[in-house]
Amino acid sequence: MIRAVGRYTLFLKSMFVNRESFATYVKRVFSECVSIGIDSILIVFLVSIFIGAVTGIQTAYNMTYPLVPRSVVAFIVREMDLLELAPTFTAIVFAGKVGSSIASELGTMRITEQVDAIDVMGVNSASYLVLPKILASMITYPVLVIYAIGLGLFGGYLATTLTGELTPVEYISGLRLDFKMYNVFFALLKSFIFAFLISSISSFMGYFTRGGALEVGVASTSAVTNSCIAILCADYLLAQLLL
Amino acid sequence: MIEVNNLSKSFGRKQVLFDISARFMPGDVNMIIGASGTGKSVLMKNIVGLVEPDEGNVVFDGRDFTNGDKQLKRQIRQEIGMLFQGGALFDSQTVEQNVMFPLDMLTKMPMDEKLERVNLMLARVGLENANAKMPSELSGGMKKRGGNARAIVNNSRYLFCDEPNSGLDPQTSILIDNLISEITEEFNITTIVVSHDMNSVMNIGENIIFIREGKKLWEGTNKEIMSASSKDLQEFIFANSLVQALKDKEENQ
Repeated sequence: MIRAVGRYTLFLKSMFVNRESFATYVKRVFSECVSIGIDSILIVFLVSIFIGAVTGIQTAYNMTYPLVPRSVVAFIVREMDLLELAPTFTAIVFAGKVGSSIASELGTMRITEQVDAIDVMGVNSASYLVLPKILASMITYPVLVIYAIGLGLFGGYLATTLTGELTPVEYISGLRLDFKMYNVFFALLKSFIFAFLISSISSFMGYFTRGGALEVGVASTSAVTNSCIAILCADYLLAQLLL
Repeated sequence: MIEVNNLSKSFGRKQVLFDISARFMPGDVNMIIGASGTGKSVLMKNIVGLVEPDEGNVVFDGRDFTNGDKQLKRQIRQEIGMLFQGGALFDSQTVEQNVMFPLDMLTKMPMDEKLERVNLMLARVGLENANAKMPSELSGGMKKRGGNARAIVNNSRYLFCDEPNSGLDPQTSILIDNLISEITEEFNITTIVVSHDMNSVMNIGENIIFIREGKKLWEGTNKEIMSASSKDLQEFIFANSLVQALKDKEENQ
């Protein structure tokens, strides 16, 4: 475990030694933003809207005490969505989609000697291949989280108003109840950290793949598993330290 | 010229290269031969710096690559072209982008000049109309030719070929061999080819070293190899029935 953390740290350091020109990264970061961020919009849309809807219905189902105003349902949906579901749940989905894709892409490049081909030319392969993926993830994931927050709240709105649990006015007033801007900052901070963890851990797993197709599959699975563990640990630490 | 001096390498407790020294001359096709698993590819990876040797060093035209600083290593690596077993073309790029990659990364050439150079190299390896093709659309031989074009596009001074004929039919093998030989002569490159294919050895090998179990057992030319006294080398050469038949025919005459 300590050895793996050490190798991971050295791997991160190696990306900043003998870097290529700035222009090289700009082009690659844009192309990675498309494959990492834009290609994840649909899955984030589906997950967020359904999670928001389910949270709305389940909260309404549990809030039966007559003295609590119904708008509190929307307040709870907002707080859960903002603080936990949008940044963390989306991160788990992101790890499954983007993390496994990064690990399998780099793993395949490694076993087919494409990484060696880059190294042998004197180009820093870790920096050239991995740094743009990490930067693109850290740029696009917070945007996806903002989008997920909005969709989650909209999902909750649809589910609670269409089923008659809340009126639209109750839902909107619940959303506006005791709003703290700090929670948005917290959600975005989490999203930056999760994006870094997912992309760097998945890249690490893929970059050091040895063997054949079987090992690429193992690297891809390890990337998702380790990213999820790292997300959950970071989630707890951030909540403990910052809330 | 590339000099390998007393190079040794171990992986864990297993030593795979034992005190290997050799000289590889410019303008010649230098070959490292031996059976599978004898350390040929490890030796090549040590020479190009993909693996760090435990002992010994590699010198490129008087420049100590193994013990040099990062700047020197980077400079020498930019003069190296390498053809990998499977071609190692980048899956996400077209043939043109693949061949242009070293120029994009290592030079500040204007686009039209890069394109002209890429087209020249693609024509040189017989891939004139493959610019827009993806590697997945190419045959094994075409991938190797594409890999060859990428290896030499930046006026490489040193060309390394790892099993250039593996998985190819005899005709395509000869085509690739001839291409390597012609490029070496045309651009006066120091070429090192790792192979276990005796047809290649006889066809293009000028300076040959034979490795067995990580040790250099023999060194000479392809004219000397048939009469070499090394028992291990004889066993390796005449494991190929065609070479054995040729020798028998020669002896009968």
